Amino acid sequence: MSATQPIQQDQRQFISGNEAVAQAARDAGCSVASAYPGTPSTEILEFIAAYPNIYSEWSINEKVSLEVAIGASLAGSRSLCAMKHVGVNVASDALMTQTLIGAVGGLVLVVADDVGLSSSQNEQDSRYWGRFAHLPMLEPSDAQETYEMTRLAFGLSEQYEVPVIVRLTTRICHVKGVVTCSPAESYEPKGFTKDPSRFVMVPGNAKKRIPLMMARDQTLSLVSEAHSLNYVESGSDQTVGFVTSGAAYYHVKEAYPDAPVFKLGFSHPAPIEKIREFSATVEKLVVVEEVEPLLETELRAAGVKVYGKDILPRIGELAPHVLTPCIDKLLGKTCKGELIPVDELFPRPPTLCVACPHLGIYYCLSHIKNTIIAGDIGCYTLGAGHPWNALDTTISMGASLSVAMGIDKGRSAADENKNVLAVIGDSTFMHMGMQGLLDITYNKGNVTVLLLDNRAVGMTGGQNAPSSGLDLHGEATMQVDFRKLCEALGVKPERIHEVNPYELPTLFKALRSETKVNEPSVIITNQPCVLTERYSQLPPLKVDDDKCTGCSNCLDVGCPAILVTRRETVIKPNGKEKELSFVNIDTAACTGCDLCTNTCAPDAIVPAFNVNNINAVEVK
Amino acid sequence: MTVENKTAELNTDIVTNILVVGVGGQGVMTAADVLSQAALALGYDVKKTEVAGMAQRGGVVTSHVRFGKKVLSPSIKPGDADMMIGFEPAEALRWHSHLKPGAVVMVNDYPLIPPVVSIGLFDYPEDPLGQLANSAVELHRFNAGEAAIELGDRRLVNSIMLGAIADHLPFPPETLEAALLNRFQRKGESLVELNRQAFALGRQAFNQVDELETV
Repeated sequence: MSATQPIQQDQRQFISGNEAVAQAARDAGCSVASAYPGTPSTEILEFIAAYPNIYSEWSINEKVSLEVAIGASLAGSRSLCAMKHVGVNVASDALMTQTLIGAVGGLVLVVADDVGLSSSQNEQDSRYWGRFAHLPMLEPSDAQETYEMTRLAFGLSEQYEVPVIVRLTTRICHVKGVVTCSPAESYEPKGFTKDPSRFVMVPGNAKKRIPLMMARDQTLSLVSEAHSLNYVESGSDQTVGFVTSGAAYYHVKEAYPDAPVFKLGFSHPAPIEKIREFSATVEKLVVVEEVEPLLETELRAAGVKVYGKDILPRIGELAPHVLTPCIDKLLGKTCKGELIPVDELFPRPPTLCVACPHLGIYYCLSHIKNTIIAGDIGCYTLGAGHPWNALDTTISMGASLSVAMGIDKGRSAADENKNVLAVIGDSTFMHMGMQGLLDITYNKGNVTVLLLDNRAVGMTGGQNAPSSGLDLHGEATMQVDFRKLCEALGVKPERIHEVNPYELPTLFKALRSETKVNEPSVIITNQPCVLTERYSQLPPLKVDDDKCTGCSNCLDVGCPAILVTRRETVIKPNGKEKELSFVNIDTAACTGCDLCTNTCAPDAIVPAFNVNNINAVEVK
Repeated sequence: MTVENKTAELNTDIVTNILVVGVGGQGVMTAADVLSQAALALGYDVKKTEVAGMAQRGGVVTSHVRFGKKVLSPSIKPGDADMMIGFEPAEALRWHSHLKPGAVVMVNDYPLIPPVVSIGLFDYPEDPLGQLANSAVELHRFNAGEAAIELGDRRLVNSIMLGAIADHLPFPPETLEAALLNRFQRKGESLVELNRQAFALGRQAFNQVDELETV
């Protein structure tokens, strides 16, 4: 997280969309902000955490997070909840009923879609939630608009007594641009007023709220039709016009500067009539939206003739060079924007860090046969990749345990002797995994659970969680005791093992013994994420060239600091060919975790420096 | 040190496009941020975006920096980059189709071999910079990675690479240096000095290599 540096007298700041949300919350007098970390939305709460006037927290999952924000709104305060697209799936139970209650203090839900799946298990279009939950939605196109629309959202929320969704995408969250803030306002919390007919959603009360929600839809449609966030930018060339919102707006402006554009900021309910008028002024109308053909479908249903996903890609991010070939073709032009083919180059997939405590686990899992391993969401999902190829499933947060339970119960005769395992991290376990463990113990499942406790939310950058003993602000708080927790969830004390993941023999022993047992067991690892301050590095290692036999065992660890220097093919006494890979260790990257020495039979991995020289290479 | 608050001449609609490419953890995003701050201080409109998978996990990281009177899309189109800072040779090659003919390309000639190559699934190109030089670009190369380690911290590669590009920007190198050192103000004079050295080394080393190659 980088602090803004006030180097400009004119108050121009260079900040990301995520920081713009934070500053808008601050300047709008927001009192409560909550989130569970998730790319690309994580930094929003990290920035808000710096503002003393806002209570802010890492919640344990998105549903809890939204409910905290709902509570604050019902208490009459302005509140904000931020999450990534898949987070809304988790929070949706609360969302779908809160829409009947509405908002008291301004309630803003910031949803960040990972369009193009840079770090997600799927690609979802969160604009559906506006339709599904009957909620108004604002879609900024850059950081400045993100600031302005987030501020506006609080006021809209109070005026129409409705939660407001601000929909961002990666290309908004993580794009830095020039932002100027407007004067801050103070907001006096209204206090909690008992109103059971509105706040207690039993059938009798809820039924009466549904017509009110429908009436609100009508009102919001009129608001959208007249709203200044929805406007036409005239152009000199009427052959094609565009309706667009969010990041796509600037891609359109870049690619077709002379075309008329209908810029949609208040994107749901969509101003259908205003767009219909616009459509009459251009020869062809193209809807440019990320990702699903949502507005396009609504316009077609309203009888407006449009082009959309019939000519544009339906997956991934749009960009000027993505639009040009499609639109030029529609206009019958020869396409000048054809892509130059890129030479085939090796991929560089994300990998586990040097000395990551998960490396030892995956080394073991890749060496144990006869397993079905259900994985989960976090850094350790990378265990599905090379060289380990150790995970058989990954679906959603917490799914490893319950999916493993289903595999156990649904196994065929062919899988009778397979060991079913679940691999999950500490934060994911608390997010939604605990319930799966309770299901396993309650229903007598046979699953060996690997709980990889690195005391942090690693994948999003090492944020704190109840396993850290620290809160969002880095202040000391309770630290969850996983052994006690698993015991309370019904795992027998003797079936719970705490292990050091850098000790391979201990890991193998625990795995072998627990997979043999026909009842649930939990193996908890206890070493911190290397990206956090808890991790302390040791003097680096090197390879003694004279001793390395090229067996390549250490490469199975998958540590990025181990590199192959040369390969050889030899003929073994039995006549078979064997590939040898001789290695060295990038001493500048190695942090001396010693895991690879466990795998080296000829003891070729040795300290890189003698003890007296250690200080010379110490890097803070 | 404070960044001079002078307004650049922004009479043209020309947008400068700089691509900063490398591998997660090398400081690509920080370098792009410093470039942006310098342009901002001169009164330009600036946009910066990353195409980053999992930035801290050794994946590919690409930063797009665009500045001018008015910047629309944050993404640099293929064939549109005026300059590239390559923190790693194969990564510089990977993005060559984004370069304009004649683009200035500064590459840290310090290969980083990913595990998929180490375990033999893929090959690292034999001479990525040779391939890149065949594109019509102005290529400058220097082993900034080794120089950074010699200076005492591999993370200094960042400041060396910024020094490399400093004399090729449409604004004075001092503006970029000021934006860089400004980041270290609160971390103490010794870090400021170290980065000043790294920046100077980058300016000198890349120019020197250039002269040698043109002889």
